[in-house]
Amino acid sequence: MPDEPLIHARGLVKRFGEFTAVDGIDVDVHRGEAFGFLGPNGAGKSSTMRMIGCVSPPTGGMLRILGLDPVRDGPQIRGRLGVCPQQDSLDPELTVTENITVYARYFGIPRRVARERAAELLEFVQLDERANDKVEPLSGGMKRRLTIARALVNEPELVLLDEPTTGLDPQARHLVWERLFRLRQRGVTLVLTTHYMDEAEQLCDRLVVMDRGKIVAEGSPRELIERHSTREVLELRFGEDALEIYTGKLAGIGERVEVLPDRILVYATDGDAAAKAVHDRQLSPSSVLVRRSSLEDVFLHLTGRTLVED
Amino acid sequence: MTATQVIAPGWTASPSPLPVFEHRLAGYRRIWRGSVFSTFLLPVLFLLGMGISVGAFVNRAGELGVPYLDYIAPGLLASTALQVAIGETTWPVMSAFSWIRTYHAMRASPLRPKDLVGGETLFVSLRVGMSAVGFLIVMILFGTVHSWWGVAALPVALVVGAAVAGPVLAFAATIKSDNMFALLYRFAVIPMTLFAGVFFPVAEMPLVARWIAYASPLWHGVELCRAATLGWPPLLPVAAHVAYLAVWAIVGYLLACSRFAKKLTD
Amino acid sequence: MVTTLALPRLIARTQGSAGRIGAVTARDLAAVRHSGYWLVVISGFFEPVLYLMSIGVGVGGLVGDFTLADGSVVSYAAFVAPAMLAASAMNGAMAEATFNFFAKMKWVKLYDAMVATPLRPFEIALGELGWALIRGSLYSVAFLVLMVALGLTTAAWAVAALFASLLVGFAFGGVGMAISTLVRTWQDFDYIMVVQFGLFLFSGTFAPVESYPPVMRVIVEVTPLYQAVELIRDLTTGRLSWGSLGHAAYLVVVAVIGLAVAARRMNRILCK
Repeated sequence: MPDEPLIHARGLVKRFGEFTAVDGIDVDVHRGEAFGFLGPNGAGKSSTMRMIGCVSPPTGGMLRILGLDPVRDGPQIRGRLGVCPQQDSLDPELTVTENITVYARYFGIPRRVARERAAELLEFVQLDERANDKVEPLSGGMKRRLTIARALVNEPELVLLDEPTTGLDPQARHLVWERLFRLRQRGVTLVLTTHYMDEAEQLCDRLVVMDRGKIVAEGSPRELIERHSTREVLELRFGEDALEIYTGKLAGIGERVEVLPDRILVYATDGDAAAKAVHDRQLSPSSVLVRRSSLEDVFLHLTGRTLVED
Repeated sequence: MTATQVIAPGWTASPSPLPVFEHRLAGYRRIWRGSVFSTFLLPVLFLLGMGISVGAFVNRAGELGVPYLDYIAPGLLASTALQVAIGETTWPVMSAFSWIRTYHAMRASPLRPKDLVGGETLFVSLRVGMSAVGFLIVMILFGTVHSWWGVAALPVALVVGAAVAGPVLAFAATIKSDNMFALLYRFAVIPMTLFAGVFFPVAEMPLVARWIAYASPLWHGVELCRAATLGWPPLLPVAAHVAYLAVWAIVGYLLACSRFAKKLTD
Repeated sequence: MVTTLALPRLIARTQGSAGRIGAVTARDLAAVRHSGYWLVVISGFFEPVLYLMSIGVGVGGLVGDFTLADGSVVSYAAFVAPAMLAASAMNGAMAEATFNFFAKMKWVKLYDAMVATPLRPFEIALGELGWALIRGSLYSVAFLVLMVALGLTTAAWAVAALFASLLVGFAFGGVGMAISTLVRTWQDFDYIMVVQFGLFLFSGTFAPVESYPPVMRVIVEVTPLYQAVELIRDLTTGRLSWGSLGHAAYLVVVAVIGLAVAARRMNRILCK
């Protein structure tokens, strides 16, 4: 019983008419984990999250949440989940506190308890000074923190966060990360989607990389990097030349070379050694950067595309 | 003066209300169907429901001097002018200030607040004119227009529109929540429509209510329209009714200009 | 054994459901306190009163006494007043069930947050309807007090009429929500408004249906507001008959169908 996963999916499929958003994925999330779905926009992450949140019935495959059937036991499961959707869905007609207390009533939490918990949660997300303000004038980061606080009001066993920091400025992102990190320390199970590799690296114990509705890799951030990339990456830029001509000139340096529209990535165990080798071949890049491999590189290797395609 | 002319090429005309009017017109082209449906059909329904249906039971004593249908038709024409003018100066104006923020975009151009107010007033006049022409044709078809003077009801409708457009524009530029429009309808528009002589003579009401009705712009419009379509002499000289409505229009326009300027400056 | 276990479980389940429906209504009650909305809600009472005074009393002065189909004579105001009550129950319920409901569902995305909780779409629909009924019954109580004060009905019949007006609100609330789930754009509300206004004028409101042309009379008699007006008029003029029961049954059916359609459509919109 203690080993039963909170989320157990086998061959899970979601179709909208002709379009297949989720194409047969297997996922197990265990209690206490911080689990991530990493992938670009349109990979099927949000559709998966909506199925886990029991608001979108699966088209095919098997899905159990908290050991229950999401279609039959929807209300019962949702009562034990906390959901922070991608688009803030706060109630603009209510104050900050009311947004939590009114929401708490949907879970059948008594009014008095709801008020106490709202006060605690607002303190936790550092919004206690705005408790009686309307939602409208809050900044994007504050609204997101309030949405997270609202998702915690029923003391959920499992918290679903869909793109928790998308659209926030760097400072606001760090504040959200810090709060989520605290939640992890308290042993709350987190499931999040993101297309930011740094977010996945910061927050997730284990993650799956999704692309076009399928899972293409699974593991801890470190495992994924070790398995699908080198320790270091050498980034080279060469003015405005067509970069393809350098493919041949760089052959043999590092383990692998990727040519992107604006730069060339050379995957190597020792980045500095690779940079020296480039220099020795009389190539003169306009800029040279050695960095550690990231999940971005893993994704690039697995799909041939970058995560954030602007 | 000469310096400005050197800098501004010939085609940079001095700011005017016209572009604002054209903007509203462009937006209206997309939604005219529903709007014509409601602004034209509502008064016609009223005309049928009250004039013909209730009319069969009304006025058996003949104290109105004309059939009830003929009596309320000109009143409905005036109240349609009022409804259309207020409809166009409430939510659409709030939206241009706060939701779509069209006015803020206009403010970044050479347009002045009075051009915005002027453009809106022009658009209101067009909408009032359209509705009034449509309704007058229906009135003629029902045989409720007794005199060639009936044509004079059209300029009267425009004056009624202008008389309420100004003050309501000023109101729309002042309030913070659109909930206030609901109150405007409840406490001004609907009472005027019901008690300013459209459906029964104002003289039937108690004294205080009667004087409130006399003070309302709609009553003056109703009197003028009724005089026009029935060929009756109005209660006051025509000039007095028109002058009273003109005061509403001018004071309202000035008020609206100053409220618009204030709202767009901060 | 099975029944003894199943029953408490069923009760627990419905209690939970009732609590959640109440929580949706409580949300609307919390929201109404802000941004002057309560003024709009409270002042809605004046609309039927103004119509009663203008048409019932003002135009009534030109009409004089009024002979009903069964030969009884009432004042024109006594004829119009119950129709105003029915129309105000319709308008109050429709205001919440169409425009406001549509805004909450499509614009504010309020229900997207609600379905992430144990709430189910039909519970949301019932909760919203609960608020629409509270709003409608405020108007009905105030209007009935006025009618009694003006001698247009008696206190006992007024109490019965209050329940009838709740049923009217229930029916139009259900229909309004069902329509809102089918509507695509804001402009469509112009059409809904015109239809509503047409019903208001031609449901035996200001003149008895017997005076309408025959074809129109048949059409009018199948519309819900006519049924509502007749039911409430039967009560406030104290002329209850088997026909009254028919009107009530009609409204119950309309309410149930409206709610069923609304809940079904909400399920499709919110739980894709």
